[in-house]
Amino acid sequence: MTTRIVELRRGILKKNDELAAGLRGRYTAAGVMVLNLVSSPGTGKTAFLELTLKEMRARGTRVAALVGDLETDNDARRLAASGAPVRQINTHGICHLDAEMIGKHIQDWEGVELGGLDYLFIENVGNLVCPSSYDLGEAIRVVLLSVTEGEDKPLKYPTMFNSADAAVITKMDLAVPCGFDRTEALKNINEIRPGIRIFETSVKSGVGIEEWLGYLEEQRAGRGTQSERPAR
Amino acid sequence: MHELSIVSSVVDTVTESLAAYPGARVLEVRLRVGALASVVVESLEFCWEIATEGTALEGSKLVVNVLPVVMHCVPCGEDVTLEGVQSFRCPKCGEPSFDLRHGRELEIEAFEIDEMEVAEEKV
Repeated sequence: MTTRIVELRRGILKKNDELAAGLRGRYTAAGVMVLNLVSSPGTGKTAFLELTLKEMRARGTRVAALVGDLETDNDARRLAASGAPVRQINTHGICHLDAEMIGKHIQDWEGVELGGLDYLFIENVGNLVCPSSYDLGEAIRVVLLSVTEGEDKPLKYPTMFNSADAAVITKMDLAVPCGFDRTEALKNINEIRPGIRIFETSVKSGVGIEEWLGYLEEQRAGRGTQSERPAR
Repeated sequence: MHELSIVSSVVDTVTESLAAYPGARVLEVRLRVGALASVVVESLEFCWEIATEGTALEGSKLVVNVLPVVMHCVPCGEDVTLEGVQSFRCPKCGEPSFDLRHGRELEIEAFEIDEMEVAEEKV
């Protein structure tokens, strides 16, 4: 028996990466800054995004959101109450959003043109593992962590935290009753992703929201919609 | 959780490449998976048999080469290998860094085929 080795050296997620690169080009051309929000289920992505959309609209900023869930359009209905255009993506069992799903939902989104937006938020499926592998062409990946989840979440899910550009701690109003060790949490986030910008927020008390909105403005003004993300 | 779709994608890619080797039987497929790739090696292996069933890859072996995280340390002026993924500090000087050079790989390195069977097919 003679055997032959065939060298391939091909990325397994090459198709997604190519589609994401195409999307990134479209976002840049349209002048829209795209953010990908990732976290565990129950961290409060939707509540955080609801307030973000509402506050940004009040300032005259043109925003829209795509929201991914396995089933139901509950989150889309909640977010739509802000008045912003919102579209639900149901993955029917798939544990993450991918570039193909985003492309498809942007393509035939009635009444929404990328060129007419300043920011597009993509709320990913609640999962701290799989979404980290799928580039959606976003300029900024935001990982959220709630005070009820434990300070060691970044150590348990290093890939997701390491691949993020900004971190948001949610439910800070519950920090005291939950015995949340803030110093430890900040240290763990920094250990996994040195130098990352961290926002400590609560949608109930409003703490940290101004700082977060300021960051969004700053990012858009500072670099337009160009992504500084390393290629994945 | 997405290991089955990753494995299916590997099977599709190798099957496409096999068009150049009609009748060949695949003996082994080698992957390179970075420590930060969010993929569980055991799950890949578990899915392999199911995903290859009824394809030209049936009965082949999956070999996963796990690569450590390598980052560039500015003070040391060199690329350093991390022992794990719990701290992104230089093991030599302790300086944190986010300048990753390796660790996110998720690729098909190569596959091995039985050429005799190709020859036999041609006869």
